[in-house]
Amino acid sequence: MPAVQETIDRVRSIDLDQYKYGFETTIEMEKSEKGISEDVIRFISAKKDEPEWMLAWRLDAYKRWQTMKEPEWARVSYDKVDYKDIYYYAAPKRPAAMSLDEIDPEILKTYEKLGIPLREVEVLEGIAPERRVAVDAVFDSVSVATTFKAELSKAGVIFMPISEAIREYPDLVKKYLGSVVPVTDNFFATLNSAVFSDGSFVYIPPGVRCPMELSTYFRINERDTGQFERTLIIADKGSYVSYLEGCTAPKRDDNQLHAAVVELVALDDAEIKYSTVQNWYPGDNEGRGGIYNFVTKRGDCRGVNSKISWTQVETGSAITWKYPSCILRGDNSRGEFYSIAVSNGMQQVDSGTKMIHLGKNTTSRIISKGISAGRSQNTYRGLVSAHRKATGARNFTNCDSLLIGDQCGAHTVPYIESKNSSAQFEHEATTSKISEDQMFYCQSRGLSNEEATALIVNGFVRDVLQQLPMEFAVEAQKLISISLEGSVG
Amino acid sequence: MAEITPLRSPAETGLAKLFEATKMRYPTGVSIAREEAFRYFEAVGLPTRRVEAFKYTDLRSAFRDAAAPAEMPSAETAQAALSGAKGFAGLEALRLDFVNGHLITGSSDLGRAPEGVTITPLTEALSQGHALLDRLTPVRQASENPIYQLNTAFLADGALIHVAAGAKVEGPIHLRFVGAGGEAFSTATRVLVVLEEGAEATILETHEGPDGVAYQPNDAVDVVVGDHAVFRHARLNAEGRETVALSTLSARLGVEAAIETVNVVVGGVLSRHQVYLNFAGADAKAIVNGATMLNGSQLADTTFLADHAATGGVSRELFKTVVDGSATGVFQGKIIVQQAAQQTDGKMMSACLILSEDGQMMNKPELEIFADDVACGHGATCGALDEDLLFYLMQRGLPKAQAESLLVQAFLGEAIEAVSHEGAREALVGTIEAWLKARG
Repeated sequence: MPAVQETIDRVRSIDLDQYKYGFETTIEMEKSEKGISEDVIRFISAKKDEPEWMLAWRLDAYKRWQTMKEPEWARVSYDKVDYKDIYYYAAPKRPAAMSLDEIDPEILKTYEKLGIPLREVEVLEGIAPERRVAVDAVFDSVSVATTFKAELSKAGVIFMPISEAIREYPDLVKKYLGSVVPVTDNFFATLNSAVFSDGSFVYIPPGVRCPMELSTYFRINERDTGQFERTLIIADKGSYVSYLEGCTAPKRDDNQLHAAVVELVALDDAEIKYSTVQNWYPGDNEGRGGIYNFVTKRGDCRGVNSKISWTQVETGSAITWKYPSCILRGDNSRGEFYSIAVSNGMQQVDSGTKMIHLGKNTTSRIISKGISAGRSQNTYRGLVSAHRKATGARNFTNCDSLLIGDQCGAHTVPYIESKNSSAQFEHEATTSKISEDQMFYCQSRGLSNEEATALIVNGFVRDVLQQLPMEFAVEAQKLISISLEGSVG
Repeated sequence: MAEITPLRSPAETGLAKLFEATKMRYPTGVSIAREEAFRYFEAVGLPTRRVEAFKYTDLRSAFRDAAAPAEMPSAETAQAALSGAKGFAGLEALRLDFVNGHLITGSSDLGRAPEGVTITPLTEALSQGHALLDRLTPVRQASENPIYQLNTAFLADGALIHVAAGAKVEGPIHLRFVGAGGEAFSTATRVLVVLEEGAEATILETHEGPDGVAYQPNDAVDVVVGDHAVFRHARLNAEGRETVALSTLSARLGVEAAIETVNVVVGGVLSRHQVYLNFAGADAKAIVNGATMLNGSQLADTTFLADHAATGGVSRELFKTVVDGSATGVFQGKIIVQQAAQQTDGKMMSACLILSEDGQMMNKPELEIFADDVACGHGATCGALDEDLLFYLMQRGLPKAQAESLLVQAFLGEAIEAVSHEGAREALVGTIEAWLKARG
């Protein structure tokens, strides 16, 4: 069925300039010298007041990185980053703030504009107490504020910028950092290991259910800088945590690099729920500017009965290269991946997941919904594999793509590798436009074309939206409708 | 400046030597194409796992060395080999016999072609510069493939089959490929089929050979299916147990053309069958099925690509794989829908049964879609026999082995149902039964 003319016209007329987080904050910044070198790494390490072992770790990664090549297998094409021409460290000049009052008011205003509450009081006034969210706000290369730290520490939960954790909990960091995503994992992860600046560190002690949602809000502000965040979440035996991540950046004509590494470790009976709403600046309609989002995210279900669940709503970034994965090591462990990837304009998305079944009776579920519009390219790339010992492994994969307009592309590249006869894998993928039958059904009940389209698209992504925590689900729904404004009514 | 020579495997070096030694021996008229093909192959070499299209089938390690191209066998050898050939043996058909990759004109039914059908030995067609050859430009994706390029470079023999416009050929044409001899050898054959507008024909292919010999066949069939023409094709790979068998079927489909092709695999230590379909005309239809039975340390790779370039194409693919022993099944399928190919309807399914502890299955079903008004889907499943079904059958008094056989037969049978020719279909069902019987 051809899309209703109205829809097509509206999609075409979508102006990506409606990106509403594209403003810039003008404050005095302190930067490392341009480019990457041992000196720059020493500078970053010194800025963070890091112990010697951390610096050695970084330098080692840097050495490795110099021998590596940028991966080219993804279905994206872009002007390569000039790694000598970006700043690897940029932080607001004011000394580290001890309380909110000391934070540069410009930064506070920035977060206000972004709708991120940094003041605990406001949070309490605004939202019912059971829906409180602790926020770690990362501005370019540093964390500027972390809320509810005190209350969390009462429950034994450690939630702080990773640079602080390296100083305060070196043993924990040493034990887990790089244990899920090894330093040598891939080009971008290795680069991140060498120059990572900030990110969040979370440790949930045994048997603790984290009393509130934790979240990190990433903001790229400074021109010509790359953001290299590093997040490490450890859920000890029998604990539970739900973690949210959001990101935005100003509108600029040149591309900026975001190369993050996220590592999750779930021990026996622990559960981690990781949700992302990614809304980096996608570039303008002609493909100028936008963030290169080259991210390595991986969770390790290390203990028995552990569970890691990734939920992502991807609407931003010029180029996305991102595969949140689960290593299902512990017996009976479970991995989940729910994804909505919306691309419009000239965006290119190559995203998916890996479910690596190593333990017995491990299960995984992949639900991926891709929506392409404009002249964008949207690729799902995924791997499901069962190793010899993964007796009784089960996977269900469903990846659907929806095309809006005839200038875009939707692609599916799944790899399904079974080395165990008792593993049961099911994979299904469809690509279509909104079905005529569904449209007819809705319209015959009195809905207009636009209303019907909106209803069907909402239904299309519902499986994934349901997985998001309430705060994010609302934001995600809004984002999707903005990204596809016109086509979803 | 120092020249950089890439490291060559013994097989690659061997192939280069063989090419130089034999390139003048074969049919003239294609020396340039042959040379170009080999240069192309030389530049990329035997693909390893690092090459995406060969991720699960490492040809570099499969070819420890390159066997010399087989000579034309003696009449007695050929006769002996052909008399032992079992594939579609009892079937009434027009036969073209190939022994060790050479067309045996003496035993082939070259003179018996029905009205509307012209069969020319490829060597003859090439040396005459047959007018039809110009129409056989290969499908792009095939010409970018090292296996197909090797076939062109070493091309020794084959046939050119032409079916005139509107001719509906009743009986099947059976291409019988038989390997013979005690020493390793290689073959490279090409069969070109042109179906003019509205023509219909059925082509059967069987590939057999001795078990103890590591021979290396590389067979290609290129088909032009004209507007409104119908091409039916069934193929049986019953090669020897040591064989590394490579094959390609490429077809260009005209307006409202139809193709039906079913490939059944039981032979070869390593086999790779590639199917490239180009939907050049609007509203073309394709049914592409496969049934693969593996045991021991066999590896069978089915690589399929449908390139929809015109509107309204319909493709249905069903690939069934049964893996026993420590064998490995590989399926790589890709449906490309170009921007112009609106209203394409493509469905691709790969299902696998693993019967043993150590069996493996690798599935890679891809979609690459640039048009919005399409309905495309793929599915892939992999697992063991359903315990409930087994229980049901055993409860009704069937011994376990028999119950398993019944289920496997039903599983594979679905892929073979698409064979329109009744005799061929029954013979292929017989192949499945024989495989299950041997399993015990």
